[in-house]
Amino acid sequence: MLSLIPAIALVLLSTGIAWADDRPQLTVYTYDSFVSEWGPGPAVKAEFEQFCDCDLNFVAAGDGASLLARLKLEGERSDADVVLGLDTNLMADALDSNLFAPHGVSDLDLDLPIDWIDEIFLPFDWGYFAFVHDTALSNVPSNFEELAASDLSIIIQDPRSSTPGLGLLLWVKAAYGERADKIWADLADNVVTVTPGWSEAYGLFLEGESDMVLSYTTSPAYHLIAEEDPSKAAALFSEGHYLQIEVAAKLTSTDNSELADQFFEFMLTEGFQGVIPTTNWMYPAAIPTAGLPDGFETLIQPETSLLLSPNEARDLRLRALVEWRAALSR
Amino acid sequence: MLRFEQVWFRRAEFSLSIDGSILGPGITAVIGPSGAGKSTLISLIAGFEVPTAGQIYWGESPITMMPPDQRPVSVIFQDHNLFPHLNAVTNVALGLSPCANPNDTSREAARSALSIVGLEKLGASLPGELSGGQQSRVALARALVTKKPLILLDEAFSALGPALRTEMLNLLKSVLAERTVLLVTHNPEDALQVSQQTLFLEGGRVWSAIGTDELFARPHKHLKAYLDKGD
Amino acid sequence: MASGPQSLGWIGRTGIAFAVSVPTIILLSVAAIISVAEAGSGLTSGDWAALRFTIWQATLSAVISVLLAVPLARALARRNFVGRGVVITLLGAPFLLPVIVAVFGLLAVFGRNGVLNAVLETFAFEPISIFGLHGVVLAHVFFNLPLATRFILQGWQEIPAERFRLAASLGMDTQAINRHLEWPMLKKVLPCAFVVIFAVCTTTFAVALILGGGPRATTVELAIYQSLRFEFDLRRAAFLALMQIGIMVLLAFIAHRILAPALLSHRMDRPVIRWDGRGFAIRMIDYGVIVGAIGFLLMPITMVMIQGLPKILSLPAVVWESLFRSLIVAVSSTIIVLGILIPMSYAAARRPRQSVWIESAGLMSFAVSSLVLGTGLFVVINPIMRPDMLALPITALVNALATLPFALRSVLPAFCQAEADYGRLADSIGLTPWARLKFIFLQRSKREIGFIAGLAAALSMGDLGVITLFALPDTPTLPLQIYRLMGAYRMQEAAGASVLLLLCSFGLFWLLDQGARRVEI
Repeated sequence: MLSLIPAIALVLLSTGIAWADDRPQLTVYTYDSFVSEWGPGPAVKAEFEQFCDCDLNFVAAGDGASLLARLKLEGERSDADVVLGLDTNLMADALDSNLFAPHGVSDLDLDLPIDWIDEIFLPFDWGYFAFVHDTALSNVPSNFEELAASDLSIIIQDPRSSTPGLGLLLWVKAAYGERADKIWADLADNVVTVTPGWSEAYGLFLEGESDMVLSYTTSPAYHLIAEEDPSKAAALFSEGHYLQIEVAAKLTSTDNSELADQFFEFMLTEGFQGVIPTTNWMYPAAIPTAGLPDGFETLIQPETSLLLSPNEARDLRLRALVEWRAALSR
Repeated sequence: MLRFEQVWFRRAEFSLSIDGSILGPGITAVIGPSGAGKSTLISLIAGFEVPTAGQIYWGESPITMMPPDQRPVSVIFQDHNLFPHLNAVTNVALGLSPCANPNDTSREAARSALSIVGLEKLGASLPGELSGGQQSRVALARALVTKKPLILLDEAFSALGPALRTEMLNLLKSVLAERTVLLVTHNPEDALQVSQQTLFLEGGRVWSAIGTDELFARPHKHLKAYLDKGD
Repeated sequence: MASGPQSLGWIGRTGIAFAVSVPTIILLSVAAIISVAEAGSGLTSGDWAALRFTIWQATLSAVISVLLAVPLARALARRNFVGRGVVITLLGAPFLLPVIVAVFGLLAVFGRNGVLNAVLETFAFEPISIFGLHGVVLAHVFFNLPLATRFILQGWQEIPAERFRLAASLGMDTQAINRHLEWPMLKKVLPCAFVVIFAVCTTTFAVALILGGGPRATTVELAIYQSLRFEFDLRRAAFLALMQIGIMVLLAFIAHRILAPALLSHRMDRPVIRWDGRGFAIRMIDYGVIVGAIGFLLMPITMVMIQGLPKILSLPAVVWESLFRSLIVAVSSTIIVLGILIPMSYAAARRPRQSVWIESAGLMSFAVSSLVLGTGLFVVINPIMRPDMLALPITALVNALATLPFALRSVLPAFCQAEADYGRLADSIGLTPWARLKFIFLQRSKREIGFIAGLAAALSMGDLGVITLFALPDTPTLPLQIYRLMGAYRMQEAAGASVLLLLCSFGLFWLLDQGARRVEI
């Protein structure tokens, strides 16, 4: 019996450590839904491994915002070579952490709604946040004030762990400025629950736990294309929609720097961008030659695009978070 | 010879002082009313308690601070003498090798000790399968194998009926003739039956050991009071 | 007294070492927390809301559990029926039930698509939502109603039967019995039950994690987790941890004295013979209460079983891997708890005058919840190595420390009794420490040790607490895996994995609890 103890201790310690492999390993931290079996992860992995002679390991580390917390936690000791799934709202914070190195990709040819000049963070897709609902819903609100005044139930994500949650926080801030806390106070009774990540929220919505869920203008495309179900729609808000640009970055602590660079080159090619619309259900950062898949043309197009600069987002985030928690904890 | 040199023991309200010696070999009975300090006396000799002051000697060597198992002492208690889940042989063998798995040599010695007390056939029995008298015999066998020169019996046979008790006392007399035996009992008859000397305790005072016949022939007033009351 | 009459032996010395090191680990963690929780780390109104919510939900949970437990305990006390023993055993089960499994079951019954809402919708009622305060309280009542019932039932059993006979001979009616016999007992027992349940609910984590709906239903424990995992804000986590310690220190002292005996008492197997309450209506009410309670307790588990049992064999490999990890954690945690418990009890039994001190050392972990302890260990380990590398050992250790108070309260009396019975015999024949442990202590406390081993294994098997602070993304334990499956809305797999976890938790408990009784030492 006593001889079991060291054996078990060994197993306990070793389970935390990945066994070494001969091929180089590229470890990419990303958000949960990216690596799910219907997400882009499996296809991207297969494509990249065809020519990199490496193992591409995706590690799902919660939703986007908690990725950054995890990387800060792991610091220099992180296994991650690349993080994929931060967004512009987290970029300033991420930059302050000094954990990230330049991506080294020049001549960016991107199809983004804005010009992109950043040497650390490289975009891979984008979209607009929106509240998604069933088309059977009769009184679809057309702005936050209508939503807050209605008795519609919504599920949102926690802005501390999830990039959509944070996006919503800044959306309201960008649209209403000083009045944001009033909007949140009025929205509080519509919120059924706040989930740590997008997957949980969307899952709960599909299970019928709420009338609307915070997601993207592109989400209905999933139901239309993958499930041939036209019954989901995104509500067009008159304030405009907040833009999310999802980015990837290389860790300074990586010991696979060249492989990471190779991954970044690959990220903006067809092999990666081509699977984004129908797996991540976002707009690709570089539209493939074949264009967007059929069905995307049915999606709503926001009249106004809202986006705070990374520095603005960082400076507003903490105060907005306090307002948000105060409003929702009543 | 067991010698007490101005031994004084005190705990809370109770105190016991003793000075003098007990000669061996042979049986010395310890009698006295309950609460007189009989068990404390046994505890001091066995090493379960340490005297507040004074020294206890076995022969010329002081044993006052020795741990119980290193003393020249073997104790038979009133109950809980045997581990209920171990058979008689193992219980006895523990007297020789007090470890988790007594070795074969001690088991062999245990078997012969059991035959001395008349239990050669019951070595494999568990204590629960033995009668009260048989259990006492097993405990006695353990005291035998230890070869300790001083045997303490703390009301060891009190729970037995009169006939069985007599039988055990006679056995005691025959198998422990070479040793110094202290027999704590609340039956003065036990003392009369087997002991050469008797020690009478009362209220923490010890009336030094004198010949049993002499003591009972001319009891002093305290002993007389005790005997009359019959405890 | 250099060589005192009762030598400790190496086992006892080890026990003393543990009695010193367990509080040291705990105090070190707290010190680490204090060291990072600098002033001005700025608790926001949201943090105070978490404190208010923690206390409010704990109060509600405790009040409702206790109030519902009174009629149930009374019904169980005065009714004798076939299966009464089974019902009482069942009341001990939620204590072993992994929280995630119970919550899954509650969602299946009370969730939006659950049985209850299906019924409500049939009758055109508004569906109810299980998220937020009422969900948290519902789950807590599910877990604590049985505990409260056992408490109160014990109170009933302790009313001497003679008093009921006297009451009958005096011709007292139900109301009079209530007032003269039952009310004085309840007045004594209910506050105890309340305090214990309140204490249990203040450290709630997994329930709030899953059913708490955002800032409105965030407990202090959950806020600790969020500030560590969402924001990596160690200082705020530390400050919240101090808040939690504050609550626990207030409660721990009152709670620990009454907790273990109620859980461990085996004296509830006889109904009280009473001469009142024989009317048809009262009997129907009693049986109604019993049936209702059984339904409330069994429905969620049954739902999990129905949904999950057919899925077990088709579970993906990651679930089996996480099961393997959980089994290792459970076994290690059990070994750790026994490894600490046995020497400590040995030392305490050998040194009766110091046993209070030794026991208090073990009970100290009542004052720190597992997330607080986890946070402290996190702060301590973080400068040396990545804390998540130690996720499993820390989970095993923290769970072991959490079980230690129960363990000591249950095993120590058996050890002390054994020492009282056989200590002198062992001293006089000079049993080696190992032989003393084997022949005296282990032999005489098989039942208690088996129970504690089972408890430790089941609790750490199902733990969804400290693991969430540490876990690497790709090495979850089974409960964490279930949580993630639920998050990804793979409900079928989550149900299958829940059944697996349920079977393993109860299986381990049964194996160790029953196995220990049969083992030949």
